[in-house]
Amino acid sequence: MQTLIDQFASTIRTAAENQRPLHIQGGGSKAFYGRPLINPAEKLDVSALQGIIDYEPTELVITARAGTTLATIESLLQQNNQMLAFEPPYFANSATLGGCIATGLSGPRRASAGAVRDFVLGVRILDGNGRDLRFGGQVMKNVAGYDVSRLMVGAMGTLGVLLEISLKVLPIPAVERTLSLDMDEAHAIEYMNRWAGKPLPISATGFVDDRLFIRLSGAESAVHAAQIQLGGEINQESEMFWKSVREHSHNFFKSAKSLWRLSVKSTTPPIKLPQSTQFIEWNGALRWLAYQETMPADIIRQITREIGGSATFFRNTDPAIPVFQQPGPALMHVHRQLKKQFDPAGILNPGRLYPQF
Amino acid sequence: MSNDLIKKLQAFLPADAVLHETEDLKPYECDGLSAYRQTPMIVVLPESESQVVQILKLCYAMQIPVVARGAGTGLSGGALPHANGVLVSLAKLNCMLEIDPLARTARVQPGVRNLAISEAAKPHGLYYAPDPSSQIACSIGGNVAENSGGVHCLKYGLTVHNILKLRVLTINGEILEIGGDSLDSPGYDLLALITGSEGMLGIVTEITVKLIPIPEKAQLVMAAFDDIQKAGQAVANIIAAGIIPAGMEMMDKITIHAVEAFLHAGYDLNAEAILLCESDGTTEEVADEIQRIQTIMKSSGATDLKTSRDDPERLRLWAGRKAAFPAAGRVSPDYYCMDGTIPRKHLAKVLKGIATLSETYGLRCMNVFHAGDGNLHPLILYDANTPGELEKTEAFGGKILEMCIQAGGTITGEHGVGVEKINQMCSQFESDELNLFHSVKTAFDPQGLLNPGKAVPTLHRCAELGAMHVHHGEEKFPDLPRF
Repeated sequence: MQTLIDQFASTIRTAAENQRPLHIQGGGSKAFYGRPLINPAEKLDVSALQGIIDYEPTELVITARAGTTLATIESLLQQNNQMLAFEPPYFANSATLGGCIATGLSGPRRASAGAVRDFVLGVRILDGNGRDLRFGGQVMKNVAGYDVSRLMVGAMGTLGVLLEISLKVLPIPAVERTLSLDMDEAHAIEYMNRWAGKPLPISATGFVDDRLFIRLSGAESAVHAAQIQLGGEINQESEMFWKSVREHSHNFFKSAKSLWRLSVKSTTPPIKLPQSTQFIEWNGALRWLAYQETMPADIIRQITREIGGSATFFRNTDPAIPVFQQPGPALMHVHRQLKKQFDPAGILNPGRLYPQF
Repeated sequence: MSNDLIKKLQAFLPADAVLHETEDLKPYECDGLSAYRQTPMIVVLPESESQVVQILKLCYAMQIPVVARGAGTGLSGGALPHANGVLVSLAKLNCMLEIDPLARTARVQPGVRNLAISEAAKPHGLYYAPDPSSQIACSIGGNVAENSGGVHCLKYGLTVHNILKLRVLTINGEILEIGGDSLDSPGYDLLALITGSEGMLGIVTEITVKLIPIPEKAQLVMAAFDDIQKAGQAVANIIAAGIIPAGMEMMDKITIHAVEAFLHAGYDLNAEAILLCESDGTTEEVADEIQRIQTIMKSSGATDLKTSRDDPERLRLWAGRKAAFPAAGRVSPDYYCMDGTIPRKHLAKVLKGIATLSETYGLRCMNVFHAGDGNLHPLILYDANTPGELEKTEAFGGKILEMCIQAGGTITGEHGVGVEKINQMCSQFESDELNLFHSVKTAFDPQGLLNPGKAVPTLHRCAELGAMHVHHGEEKFPDLPRF
């Protein structure tokens, strides 16, 4: 495996010398996400970098190489009754851990358990100079040096090539049960927030087609008590439903021609946008917008910005529209400075995140 | 230069907000790590963000070092002043700006005390989870700078997991809004990068924290063991059973004796180790979990088991653990608190190593341990009035940290590097990695004016120390640049 890493490092050094961009590739399951590369680039295929390096269930830590598939990791965890609590979406069986970290996408449990970045404990990367670097570690608490590990999450491969990642894992809850309640959007948003402020074992929420879905997780006694308190019907297809939300195989996502992801304050009242349908997650903090026709990108961005959120063009059907919302000038300056330090030649996935770098 | 600067500061700050007489500067010469002292050139006490902006712009223009300070309770010397610098105390920025109970957030200024946030949120049934032991005094701004933890962080996370948004001033006085009221923001995760950056990248002027529901119930099991290894195994068994306790703390024999003499909490004096394991959640959940914890403790060989019947009893059992530091202060004139983290499986080995070192150095050492997350706090007992004993203590401490690194752990779990552990950073990281840290610093503060000399050692320092990380027996510093 070290030979492979040495090869990558040498590829990076050569690319940096010649100012030739590299396109980092894993399983390709999230290739649709983010901006396309600015110019045609040489591929740096890291999918061969596979294998679980260390896993000790009682330490709650797993360390794996970036090309390891999420399926491999989750099946091993499951044998030990543990899980990746942020429920990362796969979008294809080929999904790798590296892609999961680089895109930083989390699933339904995010609002209660935390996001990908909350579970990252350490990384090993190659930076834009081909230097082999380790940050963080395999322990829960570590404040030695800047938190470079978490900086890699959602950076779309623009700061370094991920080699190894250590993650905190959690036990699978004894029982999971989903309730569904009929109500309108405004009420659903209010209830999700109100319940999130109560000591209830809610692990996921979803609202679509005037129906609110609530997943309860924990000991049978706790789930049962919450079930009585919240009411509604028991959904018989709990596992399938949340999988369809996580993997976007739910009809809402499947039938969308274009898909926007709005990250907003959870208590934001219903966002009225004509011709769109919506799927709400994370107690109201995540609003998916589906369009059948051409969507008014400027209007979506303007409205989201006014309410203090951000809009991502998640499934991009029009390459002319920017995928990620641009930070203000001061923040963009910091982004560019960091990029310059990690990747001075600007060769790692240029343009995947922002057109500027 | 200092007179000129004082005049310029007084132009926009009230007279009593600019301290420059020696007797006024004295109280600021150290933080919670009093072994390191340095009188600053000037201390300023701004009352608003705009004043902090002006201070930074002025210092930036005059190229004067700036050190930020919260409540001054830090344990690694992160807020140690700079002799030729301005110390910016954020204590007066102490307003609770907004609590939004429905969205479960609080927007506060950096000088607000950690515990004050939970107190303000309490009427809404909410609280702020990270609870460093100094929470009664420490400020949230300092918590962000150090990424503070506490006894509940295995279940509820560290500061980085519990904040949503920051307003950060860069060294040239520019305002950055980082994070947001939503759960994620586009771009790089600067929120994580700033958290725990020890005042090296910017000065935080506003923090939006997450609030979570106060658990319906909390209950504690105290278990005594006649062997520390068995206690360590009990922790592993609890985790293996799929339980994430709200808190799990371990104390060794010398600690048990020190706190029992001090507090009479009812600990078993024959025990080699005591485990405190707390469960919280809904009433049903807790009843379930406590029963399972009791069973596991017994099967792991606990010699004595006590379960809190009510909250006063729970707090009484906790009191001993929380009093470990003052108890150390009672049995010894001085004590020095270390902060390594190790994979839990190496606990027995590391504790044995500490015992050997304790004999070698002729200094006693109490061990308290956040057992759930592997964060070890050895308290080395010494007497600063005995010549040479502080130096011996520091050497002992340094050895403990190196042992933590060898066990696959880290030199600091929650207290930060500051000035205290800067030498051990040379052992923890390789030169390329330290270089990248310097690069991150450069991205924010190219002139190195913010908190200079802290957190990340220069390669030159590491070379002089001869403690640079060496891999696979390679030659020491083959291509080390000297600067």
